[in-house]
Amino acid sequence: MSLLRPLLLDVVPTIQQTAALALGRLANYNDDLAEAVVKGDILPQLVYSLAEQNRFYKKAAAFVLRAVGKHSPQLAQAIVDCGALDTLVICLEDFDPGVKEAAAWALGYIARHNAELSQAVVDAGAVPLLVLCIQEPEIALKRIAASALSDIAKHSPELAQTVVDAGAVAHLAQMILNPDAKLKHQVLSALSQVAKHSVDLAEMVVEAEIFPVVLTCLKDKDEYVKKNACTLIREIAKHTPELSQLVVNAGGAAAVIDCIGSCKGNTRLPGIMMLGYVAAHSENLAMAVIISKGVPQLSVCLSEEPEDHIKAAAAWALGQIGRHTPEHARAVAVTNTLPVLLSLYMSTESSEDLQVKSKKAIKNILQKCTYLPALEPFLYDAPPNILKHVVGQFSKVLPHDSKARRLFVTSGGLKKVQEIKAEPGSLLQDYINSINNCYPEEIVRYYSPGYSDTLLQRVDSYQPLIN
Amino acid sequence: MATLARLQARSLTVGNEYYFRNSVVDPFRNKENDAAVKIQSWFRGCQVRAYIRHLHRIVTIIQKWWRGFLGRKQYQLTVQVAYYTMMMNLYNAMAVRIQRRWRGYRVRKYLFNYYYLKEYLRVVSETNDAIRCRRKKIASHGNQRKALEEFAEMKEREEKKANLEREEKKRDYQARKMHYLLSTKQIPGIYNSPFRKEPDPWELQLQKAKPLTHQRPKVKQKYSTSLTDWLACTSARSFPRSEILPPINRKKCQGPFRDITEVLEQRYKPLEPTLRVAEPIDELKLAREDLRRKEWLRNVNDNMFLPFSSYHKNEKYIPSMHLSSKYSPISHKEQFRSEDPKKWICDKDFQTVLPSFELFSKYGKLYSKAGQIV
Repeated sequence: MSLLRPLLLDVVPTIQQTAALALGRLANYNDDLAEAVVKGDILPQLVYSLAEQNRFYKKAAAFVLRAVGKHSPQLAQAIVDCGALDTLVICLEDFDPGVKEAAAWALGYIARHNAELSQAVVDAGAVPLLVLCIQEPEIALKRIAASALSDIAKHSPELAQTVVDAGAVAHLAQMILNPDAKLKHQVLSALSQVAKHSVDLAEMVVEAEIFPVVLTCLKDKDEYVKKNACTLIREIAKHTPELSQLVVNAGGAAAVIDCIGSCKGNTRLPGIMMLGYVAAHSENLAMAVIISKGVPQLSVCLSEEPEDHIKAAAAWALGQIGRHTPEHARAVAVTNTLPVLLSLYMSTESSEDLQVKSKKAIKNILQKCTYLPALEPFLYDAPPNILKHVVGQFSKVLPHDSKARRLFVTSGGLKKVQEIKAEPGSLLQDYINSINNCYPEEIVRYYSPGYSDTLLQRVDSYQPLIN
Repeated sequence: MATLARLQARSLTVGNEYYFRNSVVDPFRNKENDAAVKIQSWFRGCQVRAYIRHLHRIVTIIQKWWRGFLGRKQYQLTVQVAYYTMMMNLYNAMAVRIQRRWRGYRVRKYLFNYYYLKEYLRVVSETNDAIRCRRKKIASHGNQRKALEEFAEMKEREEKKANLEREEKKRDYQARKMHYLLSTKQIPGIYNSPFRKEPDPWELQLQKAKPLTHQRPKVKQKYSTSLTDWLACTSARSFPRSEILPPINRKKCQGPFRDITEVLEQRYKPLEPTLRVAEPIDELKLAREDLRRKEWLRNVNDNMFLPFSSYHKNEKYIPSMHLSSKYSPISHKEQFRSEDPKKWICDKDFQTVLPSFELFSKYGKLYSKAGQIV
């Protein structure tokens, strides 16, 4: 480091550039080297000469700054402290796109760490210039500018508002159509970071007419583009029922469901969460998700995925869909997801989050479920606190439906109910009594446990009639 | 003297004769006495029996009349009760009819529109199919801009079609109104001038149109099918309501009429049911059950949360003498209801019913300004 430093001040410009490049590569590799660069007081030197030199030097210097700034907030703070931001912003106005790209990259990495650093970047006046950079024809510059805007906007609503005020959203929205996958990925990420903070920001993103263009992105070949498009739709849909309705009206539900079907692993997660948010807002929207054939897809996710957090998200989404009315619960129960949820809840390998979410989903669906064939397996395996509610649901449905009563008897449910031990006077006993009242006494006695023993006892004690 | 001598001679035997005559009669006397007694007793018996029979007859008549009177009174009561029951059943049945109609009307008009929801879901599934087809095309072509353009084209086409249909309807209506301008055999109509080579297209339109009758049946406003109208309808049970506003440049009617805005406000006042109608009568019980259900859903752990302070206490609870003796304080439940379930009239438990009171239900909703602070 001490050797490289004087080389920065060398007369020959190529040596300066190469020295700067070397410093940059060193700082890029490792944390400690970056710290060493900072400690070696190289930064002020770089900043000072950044203002004057030619474009190759500027690129190299910006590369050094980026390499140092990317490791930790303290290092980025050190860069800000030595006044690098202003010079970087001046670089952003340069003619050469390479310089702009390097400067924008450096600013993006600095702003990534936390809100104060982003605020510092914004205060330096970077945002309007970044917006201008986005409009440039070079794809790489667009990418970097979009990623920088995304990093700035992600920390807080005020920063996102600043980005929106600079007029970034319209340009970003236009770039969604660009065929380059990496650019789309960054643009979608930027829009989702803007939209996630508040309803007004989400509405502003929506007003830029991204629907139905975004839905075409959901069918892209690149996994990250799909993931970011799902994230964007999720961030928009989660705020209010009106925004969810807008998404559903544009056909977003079907598009996201197809996208979930075509992805695997973590790329599915934002899509699953989006369906959960949409269904959580109102029962009409949940019904719209159901008719777009969302429930089979979610149950496939629930059973196939190896990761617990994705399973937890799928369980949560199913709970949100099924909790509104008996029709919704029936639509969820028909796809045979309830046994899967129960097994996830009972298994000891699931993480706590998964257990909690599947328990809540089961509770939500159970309290509205009147579809008895799906409830019957619960009589056999469920733990007592859930069993109480299952029996309660049976006691609500059976008095009114004769076919269901018949089915209940023939499938062995009545037998199982008799075997349940309940304290007299408890709610469970009341439910069991009301189920028993639906049937004639002989059948109840026939299925009560130990009936064969009592019959045999009667045989033993019977005196045959002697003629 | 002779007679005296005769009497004296006879006087000796008189005593004997007298004694002889009395003693001869003696046995007969008892017999005759008995006979007389018998006859008399028999006769008196007949008398008494006849009297008793007479009394029986009279008493029977009295009792018959009295019992008839009581029975008629009872019968009137029974008839009254039966009549009352019948009328109450009739009133209940009529009240049920009114309530059924009113509830159906209220739900359909103010709370939830089922057909609207069905239509919405149908349109959503159509849009979904369109998107899915478009996406299949994208997958096969691989070009998204083209797909977007196709989508935009499809929307445009649909709009154009809707516009054309509207124009067509308007023209048809115009033709029906102007039906009398059709040309007849003698007189050519204005669109069929003899100096033209062929008649104006309006002529053909007029030929096709059916004349309007005087009484035009009111055409019901159908819901417009564009999805942007549904955007505002996000709450569970809302649907669009077309509020008919009065025209802007409305000339004031001549005369002592009220302001039109006031009249319309009064006429189209929305439903403001009183508290008693707006909530069901066992609302407290339902609210309690609702709360219990929500808590069950929300809680992660179903067991009751015990305070930590009693965690280490293993002692059994010893109740106070007041509570543990036989002469415990009477719980109020037992006071009001008998302990034998067979004596209960209905087998359900008492409901907690708090009727609402009408103190503020009319506040600010009356038309008069009586009582308002100026």
